[in-house]
Amino acid sequence: MLHMVVCIKQVPDSREIRIDPKTNTLIRQGVPAIVNPYDLNGVEAALQIKDQFGGRVTVLTMGPPSADKALRQCVAMGADEGVLISDRAFAGADTLATSYVLAKSIEKAGRLWGQPAIVFCGKQTLDGDTGQVGPGIACRLDYEQLTYVEAIESVDPDRGEVVVRRHLEDGVERVRAPFPVLITVLAEMNKPRRASLPGLLHAQTYQPIVWSTADFEDLDRSKIGLRGSPTVVSKTWVPEPRQVDTEFLKGETGEVTSRLAQVLVERLQTVQGA
Amino acid sequence: MAEAKRKPAVGLQPEVDVDWSAYRGVMVVVEHRRDKVAKVSWQLLGESRRLADKLDAPLMAVVIGHEAEDIARQAIGYGAERVYLCDAPELADYRTRPYSRVCLHIIREVKPEIVLFGATYTGRDLAGAIATHLPTGLTADCTQLDVDDNRLLLASRPAFSEKMVATILCKQFKPQMATVRPGVFEALPYDPRRMGEIIRVESPLDRESIRTEVLEFVEAVNRVNLEDAEVIVAGGRGVGGRAGFDLLAKLADALGGQVGASRAAVDLGWISHDHQVGQTGTTVRPKIYIAAGISGAVQHVVGMQNAELIVSINKDPNAPIHRIAHYAIVDDLFEVVPALIEAVQAARPSARVPVV
Repeated sequence: MLHMVVCIKQVPDSREIRIDPKTNTLIRQGVPAIVNPYDLNGVEAALQIKDQFGGRVTVLTMGPPSADKALRQCVAMGADEGVLISDRAFAGADTLATSYVLAKSIEKAGRLWGQPAIVFCGKQTLDGDTGQVGPGIACRLDYEQLTYVEAIESVDPDRGEVVVRRHLEDGVERVRAPFPVLITVLAEMNKPRRASLPGLLHAQTYQPIVWSTADFEDLDRSKIGLRGSPTVVSKTWVPEPRQVDTEFLKGETGEVTSRLAQVLVERLQTVQGA
Repeated sequence: MAEAKRKPAVGLQPEVDVDWSAYRGVMVVVEHRRDKVAKVSWQLLGESRRLADKLDAPLMAVVIGHEAEDIARQAIGYGAERVYLCDAPELADYRTRPYSRVCLHIIREVKPEIVLFGATYTGRDLAGAIATHLPTGLTADCTQLDVDDNRLLLASRPAFSEKMVATILCKQFKPQMATVRPGVFEALPYDPRRMGEIIRVESPLDRESIRTEVLEFVEAVNRVNLEDAEVIVAGGRGVGGRAGFDLLAKLADALGGQVGASRAAVDLGWISHDHQVGQTGTTVRPKIYIAAGISGAVQHVVGMQNAELIVSINKDPNAPIHRIAHYAIVDDLFEVVPALIEAVQAARPSARVPVV
């Protein structure tokens, strides 16, 4: 059976985070927790493949106990199982430590439900913005790595391969890769479905599987959490905008815009003359 | 325990005592596709020249590809002292597995203390694989780089939706790695007379191990290219919708520029992500930047404040964007922009003639 795993993360909706102008610190209160939007595109991609070929979709997340809500959201959409990888020892992980725990979890999921042919991740998370966890997992599992995928052209479970379109700065690349493969997805790939009513009802009572460090036989504790993270944040600050002597253009619109147009055109002429 | 909580800086330790002192020099992995080099590679060589001088260490480049010797020579012209060139037919297209294997081979042989990549789709794809293999720390999407007296790389990057900047260190491992956002640093002027050495590296690959195949590359036509634009007319929430962006496009046309947008406008679906300036969008440094209906949140400002001339149009006199603008107009953009289009066309009657 075609087994697919989607790695998701519950993140603060960072678009809602504000800076306290007096203390220059983050105001975290009242910031809603959401499923990282790109991860929902990953869930949708897996569900579409399942709709077409059958199979099984497992959703994994590493996070605090409250992240079970994120898993329930995915189960409501149609995922078969949600696994919460949660333990204080996992906290404080950078991308290297995170990819280690997720890779170990995918291996465990593989032992339980069959080796995943495809692992999906969002292209990056809203709160980390690194895009490094997907490649880290692919590397650890020795999966083929297809990042920044904007479309899955075809899946062939019999031959065990996918053809995808990867988004690049100057174009699009069509790539074929054999299973097992890790795909990181862009928002352009699809529109995540809304949960059906039966899905919502099922999710309401659904209890995600929880794995703590004790549930792994082969976990190297030196590679998890803060202890397993080679990078450290040494300081954070609020960037100062550069100082500019602003000239406010005041007066009648026609006058203001002709004066501005003169400035702009002169500036352009020096550019093109250079 | 309380002590450990207060000083959480004890991260991953090497499994055995490693003598990292043999690791010296700054290495830039050059990105190219179809003979075109990503500009960020040359920008990285420019900034790395400064870091290497400060470390009194060599500046090196890695070029991987097929028939890529000319690119290796260009790397010298942009400042590299030594270029490691791995040239083989199976390396013609970028693919994670072979490229990361070649990079690992070179890094393990040459032992640089810092390795930098462009924070492009390809650079992030490659760096993530290499850092995991080594293993070492990798900081994504940096906008500032420096080194301290202990030869530590101070890799600073926007955090929390670019509302803050964080400096990230990797103390226990070498090389220290980072991807760097395009458009932030300046390349050195190209000088074909600059001297350097090209060192050919045998491909360590077993061809059987390459299982992914690039079937086709379709070059995008008319894709927005904010990074190279000399004029950007950008809109935010105040633009009100797609129709407002059509108006900005007319002004951009009159000035021979491109249309940019704040994240707010992109999130509202008024314009595609390719147009986004700042915050996981593009960092730009055009000659002229016109911000219309943009409030000037930090995350936008960090993406455009290096523009040479900034004009703000916003009816809110307290909008932060006015504070970083050279010329500010406190008025309704739907009054100002149409008048400005006419005024530019009048002042620049040749605007419609393409500049050769």
